[in-house]
Amino acid sequence: MKVSVDEDRCCGAGSCVLAAPDVFDQRDEDGVVVLLAPEPAGHLHGAVREAADVCPAAAITLSGTA
Amino acid sequence: MTSHVLVVGAAAAGLSTAEALRRKGYTGGLTLLGDEPHHPYDRPPLSKQVLSGAWEPERARLRDDGVLAALDARFVLGDPAVALDVANRAVTTASGLTLRADAVVLATGVRPRTLPDQAGLAGVHVLRTLDDALALRADLRPPARLVVVGDGVLGAEVAATARGLGVETALAGPQAAPLAAQLGPLASGLLADLHAGHGVRLRLGSAVLGLTSRDGRVTGVRLDAGDVLPADVVVVALGSIPNTDWLAGSGLELDNGVVCDARCRAAEGVYAVGDVARWHHEDLGVALRLENRTNATEQAGAVADNILGTDRAYVPVPYFWTDQFDARLQVHGVPSGADVSVVDGDVEARRFVARYERDGRVVGVLGWNMPKQTRQHRARLLAPIR
Ligand SMILES: Cc1cc2nc3c(=O)[nH]c(=O)nc-3n(C[C@H](O)[C@H](O)[C@H](O)COP(=O)(O)OP(=O)(O)OC[C@H]3O[C@@H](n4cnc5c(N)ncnc54)[C@H](O)[C@@H]3O)c2cc1C
Ligand code: SF4
Repeated sequence: MKVSVDEDRCCGAGSCVLAAPDVFDQRDEDGVVVLLAPEPAGHLHGAVREAADVCPAAAITLSGTA
Repeated sequence: MTSHVLVVGAAAAGLSTAEALRRKGYTGGLTLLGDEPHHPYDRPPLSKQVLSGAWEPERARLRDDGVLAALDARFVLGDPAVALDVANRAVTTASGLTLRADAVVLATGVRPRTLPDQAGLAGVHVLRTLDDALALRADLRPPARLVVVGDGVLGAEVAATARGLGVETALAGPQAAPLAAQLGPLASGLLADLHAGHGVRLRLGSAVLGLTSRDGRVTGVRLDAGDVLPADVVVVALGSIPNTDWLAGSGLELDNGVVCDARCRAAEGVYAVGDVARWHHEDLGVALRLENRTNATEQAGAVADNILGTDRAYVPVPYFWTDQFDARLQVHGVPSGADVSVVDGDVEARRFVARYERDGRVVGVLGWNMPKQTRQHRARLLAPIR
C-alpha cells in the first residue's frame, strides 16, 4: 500500500492522526498533515484505510491493494 | 443478515457510510441514491476554494472514478427519493423506481432557509450545492455590492471569500459579532475585528426584515433598524432545514431532523446519518443534530457498525473548522455560553488555544491558527472518542 496526501486540501482536522498516529502527524506551525510512513507496514493498513475514509477534506489517497 | 443496504443521499454522509461498511467487511449489495446529478462532492470548499475560483469545481469531488468503482456500489443519481415504506424498507423515486433493502440509511442533509420575499429575484443566492457556488461566483465581480444576510459560519466565510475577490461586502445579522452565540465574546470579537480590518462592513445587532427590488432584481436588504443596505448581490445564509419532507407519512418521527435513538436508528432497519439525523447523545443526555463535516464521517462509522450488528452508541465530541481570511479556527466540543481562558499561544499574535468551562467542567476547546496544538489540548481536556 502506498499513501499520498494533498497538502492543499488538508484542513488540519487531525482525524487522520487520531486514526493512525504511526502514519500521520501534523506540522506544528499550521497543522497541515505530515506523512510519516508513505508505505506503511501491513499491520497498519486497517488504520490507514480508516484515516483516508474519515479525513473530512478527502486529502489522503491510497494506491496498491496490499 | 444484511444483504442489501440502500443509502438515500449520495454526499458526504452517504458515501462515508458506504465506505465504512466496506472497510468493516460488508460484502453485500450497496446502492446509493442521490437527487443531484453530480458524483459525491464536498461542501466545505464551496464557500472557500470553489467560490474564490482557486479550485475548479472538479477538485471538490470526494473520490475519483477508480475509488468509486472499487466501492462496488450502484449509484442512482439525479433521481430524488419521494417516499419510504418503513415496514418493507422500500424507497420510491421520482422516476418511479422502487428500491428495496434490508437496511435503509437516510442521508439527505439539509437545505438553506430562505427569506419569504426572495423567490425568483435575480441577484439573490443561497449556498448549499456546487451549482449554487458556481452561480454565486459568476455574480461576485467588482463593482458588485454584496450583502451577506446571516452572521453564522457560512455567512462569515462567504463575506471573507468575497472580500478576497475585491467585492464590496457588508455582513448583516442580529448578533453582536459573527458566530457570537457559538464562540462567545472573545473569539467572535476577534472575528469581527478581522472582518472589519479586511474592509467588510459589519451591520450587526439588527435583524433583517426582507429585500427591496426593482424590475425583478434585488436592490437592497431591509433592516429592522429602519434602513436599507444597498445591494446588487445578496447571499442568504440563515441556517437550514432538514430534508425530511419526502418522509412525511412514513411513520418516522420527524422533529427538526429524523429522530433516532442513541444508535442512530429511526426504526427497525432504518438509520439516519449526517446533517439530517437528530439522535440521542448518551453522554450529553440530549437530542443533537450536528451540521458539520466530521460528524458526517464519524456518524457514518457508528451507523455502519450498527447495521453490521455491533451495538454502538454514537457519542462524539462535536467538531468543526472554519477558514476566514488568514484565520483557521478549530472548534471542539460545545463552547457556547461558557467561561473562556487562553491555555496556549498568544491572542495578540492571533495564534492561540482557548479552553471553555461551564460549571467547572471543560466543555470546549477553540484553536486560532494552531490546529495541531488544539487537537492535543482537546485530547487532554475533552472526553476521548469511543
Ligand atoms: C458552503 C458550505 C461550507 C461548509 N463548510 C464547512 C466547514 O468548513 N467545516 C465543517 O465542519 N462543515 C462545513 N460545512 C458543513 C458540511 O458540509 C455538512 O455538514 C456535510 O456536507 C453534511 O453531509 P451530509 O451528507 O449529511 O449532507 P449533504 O452534504 O447536504 O448531502 C445530502 C445529499 O442528499 C441529497 N438529497 C436530499 N434530498 C434527497 C432525496 N429526497 N433523495 C435523494 N437525495 C436527496 C442532497 O441533494 C445532497 O446531495 C459546510 C457546508 C456548506 C454548505
Ligand atoms: S484528517 Fe485530513 S484534513 Fe485532517 S489533518 Fe489529516 S489529512 Fe489533514
